[in-house]
Amino acid sequence: MNKQRVGLLWFSGSLAFALLSMLVPLPGALQPFKPYWPALFLLYWALEAGDQRVSLGLAFCIGLCADLLDGVLLGEQAMRLCALVFIALRFRSRLRFFPMWQQTLAVLALLLNDRVVLLIVRAFAGESFPPATWWISPFVGAALWPFLFLLMDDLRLRLRLQ
Amino acid sequence: MALAREDSSPLFAGTVAGTLRLILYLAFAMVLMVLDHRNGWMWRIRYTTSAVVEPVYRLAGMPAAGMRNLSVAFADRQLLTEQNQRLREDLLLANAKLNRMASVAEQNERLKELLATQHSLELNVQLARVIDVDLGSYRHRMLVNVGERDGVKKGQVVIDAHGVIGQVVEVMPRTSLVMLVTDPDHAIPVVVERTGLRTVAYGSRDGDLLSLPNISMAADVRPGDKLLTSGLGGRFPPGFPVGEIRGVEPGASGMFLEGRARPTADLDRSEDVLILHDQAEPAGPPEPATQAGPPADLAPAPAATAATLPRVAPISATPASATPASATPASASTAP
Repeated sequence: MNKQRVGLLWFSGSLAFALLSMLVPLPGALQPFKPYWPALFLLYWALEAGDQRVSLGLAFCIGLCADLLDGVLLGEQAMRLCALVFIALRFRSRLRFFPMWQQTLAVLALLLNDRVVLLIVRAFAGESFPPATWWISPFVGAALWPFLFLLMDDLRLRLRLQ
Repeated sequence: MALAREDSSPLFAGTVAGTLRLILYLAFAMVLMVLDHRNGWMWRIRYTTSAVVEPVYRLAGMPAAGMRNLSVAFADRQLLTEQNQRLREDLLLANAKLNRMASVAEQNERLKELLATQHSLELNVQLARVIDVDLGSYRHRMLVNVGERDGVKKGQVVIDAHGVIGQVVEVMPRTSLVMLVTDPDHAIPVVVERTGLRTVAYGSRDGDLLSLPNISMAADVRPGDKLLTSGLGGRFPPGFPVGEIRGVEPGASGMFLEGRARPTADLDRSEDVLILHDQAEPAGPPEPATQAGPPADLAPAPAATAATLPRVAPISATPASATPASATPASASTAP
């Protein structure tokens, strides 16, 4: 019972950390390199715990929180995270047993897809086309994925959490 | 229960229910987005949740503040001494300038009183600190640490030591959001300092520049020209520096010149900014600009004709009606 509670705390703590690191400002030159943290952490949990923990509703709620913090457009990130988590959950059984490099490529595809969705939303909102550096972020996210995955897995095993 | 869950998510094909749920959520998100885009709900919700949101901002800003503190703590002693020396010189220079400015301002005030214009020079400002938070990339906004409780209102102008930064667009209880002059949605009426040409500076879609898309072909605008606020429209008080022209080239339509200007304010570096409180007058409609009328050299001619016409009539009328003919030359000579 206690272990379960710690596990839940660890889970929600990592998501809160993801939201917070989304807000942390970087020096101007590094700005385009910032990965989309909530997506990475949600992907990790979607692959690790499946729909016992990560559901579309949770992704929607996290997205709404991110929208509230980011102040861009209410529902934008909710939609992006929903689509992301849906695809990840649908292909979870396969993604889990991929070797790491294939998994990384899959994550890259998911993040690029996420950017395309964002582009469509922005186009409908009548905003301008973003600069080329805007496309760097998914690649950085994918490059960080193996480290994030191994680190989180290692911590989880060490703490003996579910 | 767990087994049933496992059954409902088979290896390769998803269930119809899952897809339906996705469609439902996506539709809900789209409805939210459309409503928010139309009504600006976001800010009302943010206003109510600001008690929760603001500490998060402070938490997220902590690494940046910590880095600054660290850089101060570990700074080289010599560097600090140099900096101190430089600051001292700057202060001396600034003080000297300030003294001169004070006398000029006083003189100006006297002259203005002489001209009977009740235009006060002193600025009613409030110091605010910029909260370092990444509010969505590629948006030209900043968050400052004063809000409704400190008397900030929507539409107030934000400046720094070098020029106009932007204006307050949303006010929350203890923070407010400032739209920068470089935001694509922002426009500010400006006047070219050298020639007095009035135009409008928009934020540009790419980079931290201002764009002036409608300068007429014949206008004299050169790189290096300074842009000041013109005061038209009543939101920005006149005379604050806005930017400096970088280049002028024919626009895409071929009917106007398009200028590019660099903002003079330190948009990405300033930590402290000043919020101008509304001057007393702008409650009503904006006061007419002084140079809005016809040029000064044209003004006397119609005034003279208007003044002489009624005066001519009585002069021509008086001799005919009552006075003797001998009085007419005298009155005619006094008239001009």
